Amino acid sequence: MSLEIKEVQQLSPGAEQHAKRKTFLKVIGSRVLGAAGVLLAVATLAFFAMRLVPGDPVDALLGGPGNNATEEVRNTTRELAGLDKPLLVQYGTYLGKLVTGDLGDSYQLREPVAQVLADQLGNTLLLAVLALATAWVLALGLALWASRGGRIAAVVGNLLEVISAAVPHFWLGSLLILVFSVNLQLLPATSGAPGIDSLILPVLTLAIPLAGFLGQVMRESMLIAMTSPFAISARARGESEIQLSLRHALRHAALPGIGLSGWAMGSLISGAVVVETVFARPGIGRTLLQSVLVRDVPVVLGCVVLVAAIYIIVTLLSDLAERLADPRLRAQ
Amino acid sequence: MTQGIEAPEIETRHLAAEPTRRDTPGSSRRLPTLGLGIVLPFIVLIGLVIAAVLPSWIATTGALDMDPAQAFAAPGAAHWFGTDESGRDVFSRVIFGTRSSLLIGVLATLIGLGVALVLGALAGLGTKAVDFGVSRFLEVLFAFPGLLLALLVITILGPGVVTTTIAVGLSAAPGYARMIRSQVLSIRRSGYVEAAIVQGKSGGYIIVRHILPNVAAPLFVLATLGVGQAIVWASSLSFLGLGATPPDPEWGSMLSQGRLYIGNAWWLTFFPGLFIVLSAASTTLLGHGIQRKLKDR
Repeated sequence: MSLEIKEVQQLSPGAEQHAKRKTFLKVIGSRVLGAAGVLLAVATLAFFAMRLVPGDPVDALLGGPGNNATEEVRNTTRELAGLDKPLLVQYGTYLGKLVTGDLGDSYQLREPVAQVLADQLGNTLLLAVLALATAWVLALGLALWASRGGRIAAVVGNLLEVISAAVPHFWLGSLLILVFSVNLQLLPATSGAPGIDSLILPVLTLAIPLAGFLGQVMRESMLIAMTSPFAISARARGESEIQLSLRHALRHAALPGIGLSGWAMGSLISGAVVVETVFARPGIGRTLLQSVLVRDVPVVLGCVVLVAAIYIIVTLLSDLAERLADPRLRAQ
Repeated sequence: MTQGIEAPEIETRHLAAEPTRRDTPGSSRRLPTLGLGIVLPFIVLIGLVIAAVLPSWIATTGALDMDPAQAFAAPGAAHWFGTDESGRDVFSRVIFGTRSSLLIGVLATLIGLGVALVLGALAGLGTKAVDFGVSRFLEVLFAFPGLLLALLVITILGPGVVTTTIAVGLSAAPGYARMIRSQVLSIRRSGYVEAAIVQGKSGGYIIVRHILPNVAAPLFVLATLGVGQAIVWASSLSFLGLGATPPDPEWGSMLSQGRLYIGNAWWLTFFPGLFIVLSAASTTLLGHGIQRKLKDR
C-alpha cells in the first residue's frame, strides 16, 4: 500500500485525492471482511466448545438429569431438537439459524434465546455506553491535569495504575453502596428500577477503573504531543501552555482513547457480569451468569456470540474512527 | 475494570522525567521515587507471603472458629477486623485466605504462561503459515473479552476452585501469547541472532543460548503483572459463586457473603476487598517497577 502512495504522489492533486479515497475504501473493505471472518470463527469455536459440556443435552431439555423420561420420549425430544443428526449437520443448521437471528431455545426458560437477549441487551448497552462516556470525561480531565510532568504526575500515574489494575468491580461497587446508599442514603443500592439515580452508582463502578487506564494512556500521548514540533511552533507563536494543551494536545490525548474504545467496550460488558450482580440490575451480564450456573447451553452460547459480535463491531468502528481522526494513519 | 483483556503496554516514567534530571544520576530527587515504587510493594508482598505460608503465626483464631455470642462485633482490640454473622474473626479469616488467593493467582498465571509460551513460540519461531494460523486463532480468542472466556471454560468444566484457576489461566493466555510472539520475533530478527546464524550455529543452540534468555526477563515481568490480575479475576469468579464456596476463607466469597450484611457490618465487605487490592496492587507495581529497571538498563 505504501508503494501505491509513492506512485500517486507524482500525479496531480486531484488524482491523489481520488487514489487516497480508493485506498481508504480498500482498507474499510478488508477490515469488514476480516471482522466477518473473526465473527464466523467465534461462532464456530463457541459452538464446538459448548459440545464439550458434559451430560446429554436431552436431559437438559427434559428438566435435568433426574428426569424419569422414557426412552421413547427421549428419542422424540432428540429428534425434535435435531440432536440425532451428525454434528456437522447440526453445525450447519446452527449457522443458518444464526444468520437469521435464531439462537435456539433456552433449556431453562423455554423461551427463544434471541427474545431473552433482546429483552436484556438494552439495559447492558445503556450501562456500558454511559460508563464509557463517563470514563472518557474523567480520563481526559485527568490527562489534562497530570500532563505537566514531574513528580506529582508520576505519583498520579502510579495511582491510576493501581486503580485500574487492582481494584475489583465488586469491591468498588460495594464501597460505593456503603457510602452513598447505606451511610449518606443518597442513591439506591439496587438498579432494577428505571430512572437516572439508580444508574449513577453502577455507571461509576464501571467507569472509574476504566478511566484510570484510559487516563494513563491519554496522559502519555499528551506528554508526547506537548514536546512535538507543532507544540514548539505554537509556543513560538506565543500561545500559553493552557491554550496549547486545550487546542492542540487534547486532540492527541483523545486519539488512543478512540482506538481503545473497542477494547474498552469489551471490558465494560465483561465487567457488567459483576456490576449487574452487585447492583441486582437486569442485563446480559446477569443472564450470562445465571445460564453459566445452570449450564443453560443455548443461552451461554447466545450471550457469548452476541458479546463477541458487539466487541468486533465496536473494534471495527473505533479502528475506522481513529483513521478518520488521525491523518497520519491514513497515509500509511 | 481493565482486568481481563490484554491491554497495550504503558510506559510513562521516561516521559514524565525531564531530560536534564535523567542525565544526572547523582540527583537525589528521582531515585527515591523509583526505589519506593519497588520497595514498598515488595514489603507488602513479603508480608502476604508470610501470611500465606504461616497463617497461624499471624491469625488470632482459626479460620472457621465460631463464637455466636460475639457475632457482628465491630473492629476493635479484640477483633481487629470485626467478626461475621457466626462470630468468626474476620482478620484471621482474611489471613487464612491469603494462601489460597496467592496460590490461585500464581498457578493460574503459570497455566496461562505455559499455554502462551507454546503458542507464542510456535508463532514467533515457526513458518509464516504457522504464525498466520496462530495469530488468527489469538484474534478469535480476543473477541471473548475479559471474564467471558473464563465463563465459557467454567460452563464446560463446572464451577470450583480448580476449574476457576484453569479458567483464569486460559483467559489470560491469549494476551501473554501475543506479547511472547512479538518478543520472540524481535529477538529472532536481531543482530546477534543473525550473527549466530552466519556462524553456522544450530537452531536449537540459538533458541537455548539467545532466544530463551532474552525472553526470560520480560516473561518474568509479565508473570508478576499477571499474578495480580489473576487474583482479581479469581476473586471475581468466587464473588459470583463460581469459585471457592463458603465457609472457605476465600476473599471473593467472604465479600460476597459479607455483602448481605452491608447495612450493619461494613467490615465484612471492606477488609477482604482491601486484601485483594493490596495483593494485586503490590504485584502490579512491583512488575512495573522491574519493567522500568530492565528498560533503564
